[in-house]
Amino acid sequence: MAAVATDTSIVGRGNQDGARLFREWFEELDRAAEDDTGAAYVFVMGSLTELLRVFDLPIVFPEINSLQTAVRRVAHEYLSEAEDYGYSPDICGYVKADVAVQLRGGEHPMGRIPKPAVAICTNACNTYIKWAEIWERMHATRVFTLDIPGTRAAGGQTWPGDPDFETDRRYVAEQLKELISVCEDQTGIRFDVDRLRETMNHANTMNRSWKRILELNQTRPAVFNALTDGTIYLGVANGFRGSEAGASYFADLAEEMEYKASNGIGTLTDEQYRLLFVGVPCYPIFRRFNELFTEWGGTFVNSTYLWFASGGSNLGFEYDLERPLDSLAEGVLISVRDAMDSMFFQNLVLSQMIDDYHADGVVFHPIKSCRTVSTGLADNRRSLMENRDTASLFLESDMMDRRVVSEAQLKNRVDAFFEGLATRRKRASIEGDETLQPQ
Amino acid sequence: MTSNGHPTVLPDWTDLPLNEVLLSCQELLEDTDFPTVNRWRENGGKVIGHFQVYFPEEIAHAAGTLPFKIRGAPIEPTQADSRFGSYLCSIIKTSLELALSQRVELDMFVTHPICDAARNLAGIWGRNFPYPCQILYLPQNANSDHAVAYLRGEYDRLKREVEAIAGRSIAEDDLCRSITVFNENRALLRALYAVKRDKPWLLSADEAYVLVALGGIVPREEHNALLRALLPRIEEREAQPRDRIRVVVEGGFCEQLPLDLVRTIARSCYVVDDDLLIGLRWLMEDVSVNGDPLFNLAHCYIEKSSHSPVQHDLRKPKEEMLLKRIRAADAEAAIVLAAKMCEPGLEEQVAYVRALDKENIPYFVSEFEESMTSFDSLEIQLETFLENLLFD
Repeated sequence: MAAVATDTSIVGRGNQDGARLFREWFEELDRAAEDDTGAAYVFVMGSLTELLRVFDLPIVFPEINSLQTAVRRVAHEYLSEAEDYGYSPDICGYVKADVAVQLRGGEHPMGRIPKPAVAICTNACNTYIKWAEIWERMHATRVFTLDIPGTRAAGGQTWPGDPDFETDRRYVAEQLKELISVCEDQTGIRFDVDRLRETMNHANTMNRSWKRILELNQTRPAVFNALTDGTIYLGVANGFRGSEAGASYFADLAEEMEYKASNGIGTLTDEQYRLLFVGVPCYPIFRRFNELFTEWGGTFVNSTYLWFASGGSNLGFEYDLERPLDSLAEGVLISVRDAMDSMFFQNLVLSQMIDDYHADGVVFHPIKSCRTVSTGLADNRRSLMENRDTASLFLESDMMDRRVVSEAQLKNRVDAFFEGLATRRKRASIEGDETLQPQ
Repeated sequence: MTSNGHPTVLPDWTDLPLNEVLLSCQELLEDTDFPTVNRWRENGGKVIGHFQVYFPEEIAHAAGTLPFKIRGAPIEPTQADSRFGSYLCSIIKTSLELALSQRVELDMFVTHPICDAARNLAGIWGRNFPYPCQILYLPQNANSDHAVAYLRGEYDRLKREVEAIAGRSIAEDDLCRSITVFNENRALLRALYAVKRDKPWLLSADEAYVLVALGGIVPREEHNALLRALLPRIEEREAQPRDRIRVVVEGGFCEQLPLDLVRTIARSCYVVDDDLLIGLRWLMEDVSVNGDPLFNLAHCYIEKSSHSPVQHDLRKPKEEMLLKRIRAADAEAAIVLAAKMCEPGLEEQVAYVRALDKENIPYFVSEFEESMTSFDSLEIQLETFLENLLFD
């Protein structure tokens, strides 16, 4: 921690720098679109940007582009365009917004997006693969599916040395070699293992910092809001993974959070309730959705979103630069598998998260658009409630489509949830249970 | 008893007339209490439930267990509803309902990463039942040179899990014997589809569907015996060809059309090919019984297989495969369906329709749900579509 740093120079730096980096990234994409430079289209769970940077490919995250249309309140225009093209109202809104972006020649609220020269999709979300097939058809894009076997059964992860893990690791490693050949073919740039070491080193810094930043939110008051601030950090974690700018940003962010934790600086001056968020944010009313909770003194202290949407970087996996390709395969396998676990088997980690983050309640937010994240939430909640006496709220809406977002209904449910939390606290106070009291 | 010593689960059909056998098969298929599966269990057999689309049933069969194809059912998901949110397809809810309501009891449940909803089933099922529930990670990168080797390893892992359930080891000879049984089954299903294609007036789409689907709920030896006996009798039927449009039905790879919907379609046209229960016909050629049987199964899955919206393979663009299916069946039109809320099916419809437009092939598009019971409106629309073609 920089001892000379003052509040004003360090507190809030992460959000300001994040916004600046984001603008710069999209300006670069705009230039790449102008120059008709093909980009690498990737996804947040297993982006492989460490590897792609070796080939100087501009990086496009269609998920991030799509959510930007929702945050900027124009998603409905894009969704309608894709539905007019033939896509059903019942499929992923991210996909449809991107279809419209492609139909508009890359035009987007933040500028213009270059066309995909190559698309790398992992199987962490099946819709990634269906999505990439659309670019295959529209632009004859070279699609590479990086198949990453996930955990087979709850609690059944295997680890290095286990024959089943080694089968998976070999498969991923062989595919990475195949991906390198694809990138060489597409760009005409020869693979340089030393450049890979550099980008992996930057990813190590980012992973290490991200893990620490998440841990620091265990403090009271929370040093950042996992839903709002966390989404800014996620944007940088994805868009700048493997870059020097990304590594510096996360080192600085960790420093900021250490400072805030040491000085008792939180996001809210009056943190009444500490909440966990499970699912994907409600981007069509992003700020307002959060306010429904903060108005009651609720702060989101962690979320499964910060885990899976960072591709499992929350684990803090650090690559062994002495054996870069093997270690890349191992790291991608373990991290992306963890991202999948936090969607499919999250009841196992939620219970621990409640303890670690001193959570008063868990907010489950299944969305129409995303079955990967949403299918299991009701049962996860049922299971969690069977084992823990923690308040929970189940809210359905969407990450893109405002037609299924009813603010009034959400508010009613959220208000009732907080009234329940307050009643619990009063009852605990009468019964002398200090664990439910604000600390 | 079947030839391998398992008690039979089908009622005796050998002396019944063809139409009565077909009716009896239909009743069995529509019985949401799954009497054949329960009879197997009552006789002390173990049941491995596997969700759509494809499962290497030979591995479960080699251990002496019954591979039971879980394909939902037209039932109310009374208990399962509370385990799911909205905006989901019906099949995942009714499949779980079958287990929660104890209509079927399993010893193991396996799902696959075919779609975002289905892969969640291992977690959901596992939180509700004490027996092993898992995902079989069939390779999603069919174009990797290492996919077969990986899949061989994944099948070996599955074999060990199945051995633990069955309480016995699976020898290579066991696997080869099972592969032989399933090779015969695949050959019989190909013969049945040849009848559909070449003489569709002899076997209606709903009758064919019943005969195929039965394979998912009875031991394959019994299924083979039934098909072996019925196919020649079907060929001897005296039905005459009628002036009907030949169509391919696409969209039944996972959630199944209600049988009444298949029947509705069959009333208006000849269904000369389809992708209904494509998982039972996924391997398109015999699997070799020479060498490593797990490798042979894995190799066939990657190299000698059909197509569906849930497998990405650069060599098999789905719309081109549909056109190929239409041409191979000498069909004049396509019925392109998608189950409600089925992400891959709905996404594929767009590509199918554009390809059919480009090739000037007439098509009829609709959504369906396994629990739908009213077909009047759909039937009128379909008839209008087909009459337009007939009188064009």
